[in-house]
Amino acid sequence: PTHGVLHLGRPATEQEITAWDIDVRPDGLGLPEGSGTVMEGEPLYTERCASCHGDFGEAIGRWPVLAGGFDTLTRERPVKTIGSYWPYLSTVYDYIRRAMPFGDARSLTDDEVYALTAYVLYLNDVVTDQEFELSKENFTSIELPNEDGFVVDDRLSEPHYAEAADPCMRNCKPGKAKITMHAAVLDVTPEDGNEDEA
Amino acid sequence: MTEMKSSRRSFLKGGLTAGAAAAAAAVSGRAMAEGDPAITEVQDWNRYLGDGVDARPYGHPSQYESHVVRQDVPWLTADPISSVNFTPLHELDGIITPNGLCFERHHAGIADIDPAQHRLMINGLVETPLVFTMGDLMRFPRENHVYFLECAANSGMEWRGAQLNGCQYTHGMVHCVMYTGVRLKHLLREAGVKESAKWLLAEGADASAMTRSLPLEKGLEDCLVAWKMNGEALRPEQGYPLRLVLPGWEGNMWVKWLRRIEVGDKPWHQREETSKYTDLLANGKARRFTWVMDVKSVITSPSPQAPITHGKGRAVLTGLAWSGNGAISRVDVSLDGGRNWTTARLDGPSFSKALHRFYHEFDWDGSELFLQSRAIDEKGFVQPTKNELRAARGENSIYHNNGIQTWHVAKDGAVENVEIS
Repeated sequence: PTHGVLHLGRPATEQEITAWDIDVRPDGLGLPEGSGTVMEGEPLYTERCASCHGDFGEAIGRWPVLAGGFDTLTRERPVKTIGSYWPYLSTVYDYIRRAMPFGDARSLTDDEVYALTAYVLYLNDVVTDQEFELSKENFTSIELPNEDGFVVDDRLSEPHYAEAADPCMRNCKPGKAKITMHAAVLDVTPEDGNEDEA
Repeated sequence: MTEMKSSRRSFLKGGLTAGAAAAAAAVSGRAMAEGDPAITEVQDWNRYLGDGVDARPYGHPSQYESHVVRQDVPWLTADPISSVNFTPLHELDGIITPNGLCFERHHAGIADIDPAQHRLMINGLVETPLVFTMGDLMRFPRENHVYFLECAANSGMEWRGAQLNGCQYTHGMVHCVMYTGVRLKHLLREAGVKESAKWLLAEGADASAMTRSLPLEKGLEDCLVAWKMNGEALRPEQGYPLRLVLPGWEGNMWVKWLRRIEVGDKPWHQREETSKYTDLLANGKARRFTWVMDVKSVITSPSPQAPITHGKGRAVLTGLAWSGNGAISRVDVSLDGGRNWTTARLDGPSFSKALHRFYHEFDWDGSELFLQSRAIDEKGFVQPTKNELRAARGENSIYHNNGIQTWHVAKDGAVENVEIS
């Protein structure tokens, strides 16, 4: 035992690390060799993805929407997709490879994941050429529209925290409380027997 | 013999129903002169023998507690595999959640892992990438800690207003157990973290291969790699055989079925920290890496699933408070919708980053009430109102809703989830 203080565990082999360490960072670290085109992605998407995510990434039922929703982030009902919301393409590649298709994860080859990633870019109008080929080499040149849409956690600067005032104990608000919204009116709690809610 | 036993059981059940009816009649007054049959009549359990010690090798709650179960809300998610259910907070007391009632959140269902085949790998910016078996992990020094685990989306359905009727649904994505495990820092020290290391990536072994980035400082500060909860092995739905414990931080990061920790110099921006678990603000920007769960509380009884059924007179109000910033130092309660507040009584152990139990005993005169609780943590942070949160964030943050909850108690004792002016 050459490692550590308590000499527990054993060194991992290269093959073991390769088998499990499949994560990809925004700077491209972790991308495998390979490539795939929009054209190659389309039949794959139709076969492996469209039954949940819809032919155009619009989603079936409550499954995640993958495309569209541009300029909706300030609306009352934002549509957060890869194109409208996700900051980095690396996440698309990484997540498809590690967890999709739902129920058959890790079944896609690295080239197939490149092709599907290229097709998702096409669905989101980030690329418009069906001949476009995504590869390890050109991967980090692709930017998603909302890359700059994220800020650091600054919750504690919000007034209710920042003021750190002693809370009011007596006569804090005038008048008697009035109900402005009822949960019972909405009636979507399972115990109420409402099961046909979409 | 079995047949006799079973017929005796149905007799016992029938007897109970009759007994309960008689007891109710007694309480209503008419039969009071003769006394309460629950006392004056010999009950079946006074006469017949109960089960032997060989009947319940792993015990279950009484049949009369069969309503105290996790509940799901089918319309919340596309299917029950990547979904959530809810802890029955309204029926629990104290601060420890029973293992079988801890809410579940999976992204690819419950992985069924043979612990003999489970491995934990540490790789990346380390001197020696390592593989541990469960047996290896149990040879490290162990620690025991009580922590709450709250889903980042707890109360998330309530951002726009009162929606689900019961604290199980509005606040039940939280549980609190005692974990046994090894400090992550001991495992990292064994592999030897390199100078350039700043971030860790935790990864699960299930089919979602859940990944989250966390800063190295947190990993060295108080994170545990745990294999026991409340004294026994983790339940499969809580990550058996191994999970990450990040005291005070959002539940998504507590990676279950933990199989790998990678050491790096930058965050990975994985799906669960970009698409999900980022908090959209009214201006269209979104906060990322909102890790801490802020100061929060809820009255668990009275509540919509726990109405007042005893009429006027002495009543017990109870609830839970917690904060990812440390221990709870105070909880105030209001019976009139935040016009006036009284400091509640904290009872039971007070652990940092754990649930705290509070009580407020009062005389109910039968008038309508607007119940609220307001927690204050050891850092001095005061639980905000929902309107204060909305003013700062808008209504589309999904996560991190720690706003003050209001329950309306009607004159008949029924309780409803409401928003008030």
